[in-house]
Amino acid sequence: MEKMPAWADAVLVPIISLLLAAILSALVIVAIGEDPVAAVKLMVQGSLGSTYGWGYTLYYATNFMFTGLAVAVAFHARMFNIGGEGQAMLGGLGVAVVCLYMPWPHWSLALIFATLSAAAFGAAWAFLPAYLQAKRGSHIVITTIMFNFIAAALLNYLLVNVMRPKGSMDPATAKFPETTHLPTLHDILEPFGIAFSKAAPANVSLIVAIIACVAVYFLIWRTRLGYEIRAFGHSESGAKYAGISPVKITVVAMLISGGLAGMMAINNVMGEGERLIMNSTEGAGFIGIAVALMGRSHPFGVFLAAILFGFLYQGGAELALWTSIPRELIVVIQALVILFTGALDNMVRMPLEKLFLMFRKGDA
Amino acid sequence: MNTAADISPAIELKGISKAFGPVQANKDISIRVMPGTIHGIIGENGAGKSTLMSILYGFYKADKGEIFISGKKTLIPDSQAAIAAGIGMVFQHFKLVENFTVLENIILGAEDGAMLRPSLAKARQSLTDLASEYGLDVDPDAIVENLSVGHQQRVEILKALYRQADILILDEPTGVLTPAEADQLFRILNRLREEGKTIILITHKLREIMDTTDTVSVMRRGEMTATVKTSETSPAGLAELMVGRKVLLQVDKVPATPKQTVLEVENLRVVDEKGVERVKGISLDVKAGEILGIAGVAGNGQSELLEVLGGITSGTGVIRVNGQDIDLTGNSSDGQSRRARGIAHVPEDRQREGLIMDFMAWENTAFGYHRDPAYQSGILMNNAAIRADTEGKMQRFDVRPPNPKLTAKNFSGGNQQKIVLAREIERNPDLLLIGQPTRGVDIGAIEFIHQQIVALRDQGKAILLVSVELDEIFALSDRIAVMFDGQLMGFRDPAKTDEKELGLMMAGVVEEEAA
Repeated sequence: MEKMPAWADAVLVPIISLLLAAILSALVIVAIGEDPVAAVKLMVQGSLGSTYGWGYTLYYATNFMFTGLAVAVAFHARMFNIGGEGQAMLGGLGVAVVCLYMPWPHWSLALIFATLSAAAFGAAWAFLPAYLQAKRGSHIVITTIMFNFIAAALLNYLLVNVMRPKGSMDPATAKFPETTHLPTLHDILEPFGIAFSKAAPANVSLIVAIIACVAVYFLIWRTRLGYEIRAFGHSESGAKYAGISPVKITVVAMLISGGLAGMMAINNVMGEGERLIMNSTEGAGFIGIAVALMGRSHPFGVFLAAILFGFLYQGGAELALWTSIPRELIVVIQALVILFTGALDNMVRMPLEKLFLMFRKGDA
Repeated sequence: MNTAADISPAIELKGISKAFGPVQANKDISIRVMPGTIHGIIGENGAGKSTLMSILYGFYKADKGEIFISGKKTLIPDSQAAIAAGIGMVFQHFKLVENFTVLENIILGAEDGAMLRPSLAKARQSLTDLASEYGLDVDPDAIVENLSVGHQQRVEILKALYRQADILILDEPTGVLTPAEADQLFRILNRLREEGKTIILITHKLREIMDTTDTVSVMRRGEMTATVKTSETSPAGLAELMVGRKVLLQVDKVPATPKQTVLEVENLRVVDEKGVERVKGISLDVKAGEILGIAGVAGNGQSELLEVLGGITSGTGVIRVNGQDIDLTGNSSDGQSRRARGIAHVPEDRQREGLIMDFMAWENTAFGYHRDPAYQSGILMNNAAIRADTEGKMQRFDVRPPNPKLTAKNFSGGNQQKIVLAREIERNPDLLLIGQPTRGVDIGAIEFIHQQIVALRDQGKAILLVSVELDEIFALSDRIAVMFDGQLMGFRDPAKTDEKELGLMMAGVVEEEAA
């Protein structure tokens, strides 16, 4: 018998965790002498109160959907890919190469090829850690985090020495050509008569991210590869018995994971930056871990969690802008949410399970 | 033996109840064990034996009920309290530090002070005393990992006695022993009883209960269904009490009619990951329509033999199925290619290999056969088809509850095994590899599983059975091979051999076969 109904597991646990994080955050805000109610109002207003706010919230959410999916796919194969950051950086390189060095007649073609290129670069960056894990048993957590540093160094070198336009003092590529600029939500919604902020960076990548969510759902739960990934993730000895190659699944799952992380670059590099700069990922690779944890590695959960973290990011930025609550405290609030929804999951789950069991006994 | 009414029982449990969530593991259990007796507790897996003993040893707290030790009401909140009350426990899986000496293991947790030397000296003295008193000879300076399993168990008993235990609880003590080692164990237990110790023996083996105990309690579904004098009952009577209905202890089967050879193995060798040779040049054959049973104490290479045949590991030598060689080392040497060649495999450990415990029953039905074209529709898996197939299999193999969407871990051991069996047998294989088919399976399901295996044989299939239960080997096999230290000690006709001879072979002793 299951300990509690699926809806409680999927909905109740994260909501209670969030509430706890919110209460603790409120206490912290009170402690520094600010009004928590006003702070929440400001956050909601700033991130959801206008199409401008929504545009930023959804822009961040798009990043987190890609990186969250990346972590989730690896989770299903029981691997902890914390190299999303590096894979996303390399994805940026993939986007820049496509946009800068190939002529594109229309953004839609450019988007398709940039997406493929970003995924290929991200996947390639995940390949070596995956191969080392599969063949040599080098732990994926160690290797992927080291690859994050290597990616940063590589990007640094390329931007300073190779891709920087002559005469520029800025370690960044040249601006991408006009034909590769992606339509923003403003451009997309305008024909439908819906007014959306022109300044907000949310763009067509959001739709790609949602398609990715659906695709990952089908991959994991409906395809044979997904079946093999999940079987391997639950039991390596079982996978061997069934004739599922651990080496193959380890590598393939990490390639998909790295590819998804890399795809994030169509949002931040191609959609928003329109050129490749240093540190364009802004830690989204790491947020992806929290998003995947909170979303229970389910694509729909990842979708919702990504929007929540988008809200926290944008709302946090607003707080820092309009109040004396320091930027660092925003990070603390975000960390509390990660802590409660990810790390302290069992703290909420176990009492809740007991509660459900008590009620059930009452029924019997 | 003095059981006069004025002597208070060594242990008395009154109305013990314990629930885990909705599962009532122990329901109002009362039991009296007189000092100087061996009391057996028998029951199927999940009947609540281990829970009851864990309460007695302070691992769990009972929801209700009282414990009396030698007539005195005693609270046992933790294992320290149990030890203080004179209770010693020998677990099924030993709790020994493998790279410590016997002496170091014995004083572990019972040191007298910060310095070890005085404790060690004291332990050495009392070890010599105990050895002579009970016939428990063990070299105090031997490293535990170098000892045989039987001797490791003695160390566990010595640990309890060193802590002044008067009551000794043994949980399935013979599961890992050869028949000869088991005999020795029971001799030791008899000695302990003569010296006035009280022994509680938990087992699911009816024969051990009949041979050694004075009284026996039967548990079923958390309840104590009966406590009887062993001399006044019979194995069939106990089995009926355990299951709640009459049970066939003997499998009905007609003599085998072996036909063509299906499996041939020549000089098979398997080296494990640590570089240790586990299978040392085995040759055997299995014919269509016969069951070859491989007997042996766990850990003598049987598991490795099954794994290499099933394509889980690689090896060297020759394996032929229906006259065709099987690749043992190349890329095709995996479970998928074995299945394609008509080999089905019910692995020894269904929880680690045979099933994905977090998968639903229908997902497990496709496990290993998930590339079957019947289970695909385009690039997606045809989940509806798999579910429909599972429903049929669950019905034909009487899996309860017959719900394809239930997660594997929520089925009982017997029903989990039926899911694996249904999957493998219904593939209509030429050769069935089957390891420990009834380990952790309740008696009612054992009957059914044995019938299915014999039915498959009667359809003319070849079956290779590996089991550590000699009773099972005798019940099913048409030929018996005994494995010891990675080698086959010989083949025997079950009608012309007995447990004594097989027991010796399992310990590596081969008597000259009568010509």
